[in-house]
Amino acid sequence: MKQGAALGAAEVSAGTSFRRSRREQRFRRLKRDKWLYILLSPGLLYFLLFKYVPMWGVLLAFKDYQPFLGFWKSSWVGLEHFRTFFQNPDFFMLLRNTLVLSLYNLVFFFPAPIILALLLNEVRLSFYKRTVQTLIYVPHFISMVIVASISYVFLTTQGGAVNEFLYTVTGRKIDFLANPDWFRPMIILQTIWKECGWGTIIFLAALAGVDVEQYEAAVVDGASRWRQTWHITLPAIRSTIVILLILRMGTILDNGFEQIYLMMNALNREVAEVFDTYVYALGITQGAFSYSTAVGLFKSVIGVVLVLGTNWLAKKSGESGLY
Amino acid sequence: MAKRYRNAGEITFDVFNYVVLGIIGIAAILPFLFVVAGSFATEAEITKRAVFLIPTTISLDAYRFIFSTDTIVRSIGVSLYVTVIGTAVNLFFTVTMAYPMAKRYLMGRNLILNLVIFTMLFGGGMIPTYLVIRELHLLDTLNALILPGAISAFNLIIVKNFFQELPAEMEEAARIDGCTELGLLWRIVLPLSKPVLATFTLFYAVGHWNNFFSALLYINDPSKWPLQVMLRQIVMLSQSAAGDLSSMDPNFVQPPEQSIKMAVIVVGTLPIMCVYPFLQKHFAKGVMLGSVKG
Repeated sequence: MKQGAALGAAEVSAGTSFRRSRREQRFRRLKRDKWLYILLSPGLLYFLLFKYVPMWGVLLAFKDYQPFLGFWKSSWVGLEHFRTFFQNPDFFMLLRNTLVLSLYNLVFFFPAPIILALLLNEVRLSFYKRTVQTLIYVPHFISMVIVASISYVFLTTQGGAVNEFLYTVTGRKIDFLANPDWFRPMIILQTIWKECGWGTIIFLAALAGVDVEQYEAAVVDGASRWRQTWHITLPAIRSTIVILLILRMGTILDNGFEQIYLMMNALNREVAEVFDTYVYALGITQGAFSYSTAVGLFKSVIGVVLVLGTNWLAKKSGESGLY
Repeated sequence: MAKRYRNAGEITFDVFNYVVLGIIGIAAILPFLFVVAGSFATEAEITKRAVFLIPTTISLDAYRFIFSTDTIVRSIGVSLYVTVIGTAVNLFFTVTMAYPMAKRYLMGRNLILNLVIFTMLFGGGMIPTYLVIRELHLLDTLNALILPGAISAFNLIIVKNFFQELPAEMEEAARIDGCTELGLLWRIVLPLSKPVLATFTLFYAVGHWNNFFSALLYINDPSKWPLQVMLRQIVMLSQSAAGDLSSMDPNFVQPPEQSIKMAVIVVGTLPIMCVYPFLQKHFAKGVMLGSVKG
């Protein structure tokens, strides 16, 4: 009995001295690396202030925020804002517009860089290939405002080149900018024009890694160019395609605020409004902070679930995944 | 490799391919060419033909008009300021944070890394961020266009990974020679990272120049609007704040609205076109860096 107690005491004291020495060790490491921690501090402060404080600010979604009361004194309302949002017909409009735009994007935009990269890959004259690449990368660096501005200048019914041309040919004009039927094609065309060329880079890099001997062997075996593409080139970029496809699925609720906002107006709003523009309109311009935070939070949470879900799917399918 | 044409089909394909790619290449820059041509046009020309690549008369009236007031000049100044200072801030914050994070032995490193990665997955969103900016009294200041985006988590992790790959022996040697931690960063690590830093400088700078969203959110005062916001006002909302006829020669005829808008677009695109050769050199590298997993 006594012996046991003594043993226990010995263990405890050994534990504390062990702990103390670990604490000392930690302190020594902190002291040794103090310059590293000093270097780290501005960045860390940035993340805490501009990323983590707003993250904690999503609690606004469960409050009835009154600017004169401030964050702390505003009363809690629980899920009230979410209930309002789901009962609002706007909810289905936003969901539909977001999903339709993403679907269009997937069907019409996603394959475009792949096809373009395959075509470029067939070019043997490296000078020609480089020239085309230089040209098609340009629009990627242009701001969305410029892209939208150019669209306006050409598509407007008041002297826009496209409409002037239509008028001389058909005698009629089409108000592309205001007509809801033209909104989605316009957005997709802008995206293709702006990002298709840039999107080829990642596929061209994958293609550059293909062993030339494979093609030579295929030629010896009598494979045509088409068979070479099908059996050598396409398999080489398959995993890149899968990864990008999975990534795209994870961001299906993101339609790009700037582009939609710039091309939206009162006449095409019914097909244009998406979650982000809605949050902006209600939160920033109308001051409904709590409600719009709730809408934003809903979108973020679904977004996280989608990203993690698709990442899990990627790992399942034998790709390396992202996280 | 030009040796292996075996049938007419392959030749047809090659001809077709070269032509199609040529058309795509031209289509990528054709809108700019039209805009540049249109910006030099006169009223007479614009009513005569809708689209043209080579104007018959070159008129600089549209440019003289948009530079007749300081509206555009001031917004260019704002954009330049935000681009230069903003990029410097980006680099400072990114490098100072990436360097300690590249040290595997640093205590708390994993916690910080996870904190950073989590922000790539989830964020407070537009409104809470806006309220933080407001509480910090940054609304309507140019700092609101610089500080909230001081670090891109994605770029940070790429730079961190790059630092991690640098040969440790050089650092050891420098340390034995009595080099301090800061000296190490400044004299050894940064010079070795020049190509990566050049890439990120360009990425950050283009991001600042093209940024519209932050200014839309945080800047109400028109005198502090960057060029992108001003562009939208003039081209898309047709607010003819661009020029002032009364300040000009009485014989000056107001140029056509389309030409004015096109001139503004040209002014907004020109800086990007000027640095495009450098962008071309560095960006593809950047994309490839990005595809390396953290």
